[in-house]
Amino acid sequence: MTTSEPLIVLEGVNKYFGPLHVLQDVNLSVERGEVVVVIGPSGSGKSTLCRAINRLEPIDAGTITFDGRPLPAEGKPLARLRSEVGMVFQSFNLFAHKTILQNVMLGPVKVRGEKPDAVRERAMKLLERVGIANQADKYPAQLSGGQQQRVAIARALAMQPKALLFDEPTSALDPEMVGEVLDVMTSLAKEGMTMVVVTHEMGFARHAADRVVFMADGQLVEQAAPAEFFDNPKSERARDFLSKILTH
Amino acid sequence: MDVFSDSANIDTYVTGFLWILKLTAAATVGALVLGVALAAFRVSPIPVLRGFGTAWVNIFRNTPLTLIVFFCYFGLYSALGLTLSDDIDRNNYWLGVVGLSVYTAAFVCEAIRSGINTVPAGQSEAARAIGMSFLQTLRIVILPQAGRAVVAPLGSIFIALAKNATIVGTIGLMESSSAMKDLINANGDAVVPIFLVFAGTFAAVLIPTGYLFGWLANRLAVKR
Repeated sequence: MTTSEPLIVLEGVNKYFGPLHVLQDVNLSVERGEVVVVIGPSGSGKSTLCRAINRLEPIDAGTITFDGRPLPAEGKPLARLRSEVGMVFQSFNLFAHKTILQNVMLGPVKVRGEKPDAVRERAMKLLERVGIANQADKYPAQLSGGQQQRVAIARALAMQPKALLFDEPTSALDPEMVGEVLDVMTSLAKEGMTMVVVTHEMGFARHAADRVVFMADGQLVEQAAPAEFFDNPKSERARDFLSKILTH
Repeated sequence: MDVFSDSANIDTYVTGFLWILKLTAAATVGALVLGVALAAFRVSPIPVLRGFGTAWVNIFRNTPLTLIVFFCYFGLYSALGLTLSDDIDRNNYWLGVVGLSVYTAAFVCEAIRSGINTVPAGQSEAARAIGMSFLQTLRIVILPQAGRAVVAPLGSIFIALAKNATIVGTIGLMESSSAMKDLINANGDAVVPIFLVFAGTFAAVLIPTGYLFGWLANRLAVKR
């Protein structure tokens, strides 16, 4: 990328859930091709931050800019922006009444109006890539959690997004299935996909992230390269958090 | 006891149930289309549409069907001159279909709406996240799952509709209950057999219908 303009920019973002101030003056910018991992204790606002980027959570103050344009408030422009930002959820959220292949094809066909034949080919390639091509005609409930999450990644990729948001993608998985999902994510990161990943997987943060962002109590407390953050955290809050999760 | 060996009586009986069948079929379609639209209104982000849906449900669900069908005849037809067919029977039939549809749509709307509540929020979030509009999300992701969740209650509503169709007799259509009344008037000695035949016909058709909807509900259920 020759352009130096960041892909995602959050400036002075504030968000309240009733009296709860879940995002407090958050500033963050994500470069093209950068992998930013957001970590922090539960309730720190990491998921809200992630969901604010495609406006699944509207914010109360501040600005969010994606690819040089401020987030549209609603309607068609917002839908168009969302089609350019893939999202992977903690609970997969595959369309339960559609087959695996239909799940992956739905966006390009219905949202973009692409020809089903061309999309089918691309969708099968993506399913192959995440290792589920042989399950294409099954329904989500027939797959394991890890398989469903890999389909969800394929579904997001089918839209050929400029960035991918991951909202705790492995938190709902049995431990033995975490690896297969992280493998797919790691390979995406290596290929230069722009990613914002909210996760508790410190191993992934350490080896796949370009930058680690630490959040606590709605604030962005600290951000640094992974090695620096894990070996030498600056803030007391981050040291406390790391001591609780890394000593086991 | 020889009421049903008279071919004119058989004719009255058959014609009566044919009307019920036609009323039920047409009103099922009408109520389903209207009811789904009303449910969409009730969950839409536009307050005017939500208010319209709520008002419809409150008005028609809480007004006796007899009054609604009467209004279709005396109000829409007699007073306002709405004629739906030149044939008097056809006209009464269509007025009945209108009354049954607007009434039943209120119940269909509420069933669909409760179905929408069974669809996890994540489904619509995922749809919006790939760029679907509100209408696309509703049409492609939410309503198909909501509808499949409420097949059994919809079955009950349509069974009730089939029996409610007899109310159209009050505006002069010779449907089954009017036919039964006529036969009883002419054959005072056979009241019980006549009643049993008519009631039995309803039961014979509707009991299997109930099982059919039960079977469909299981078959169409969305696995989660």
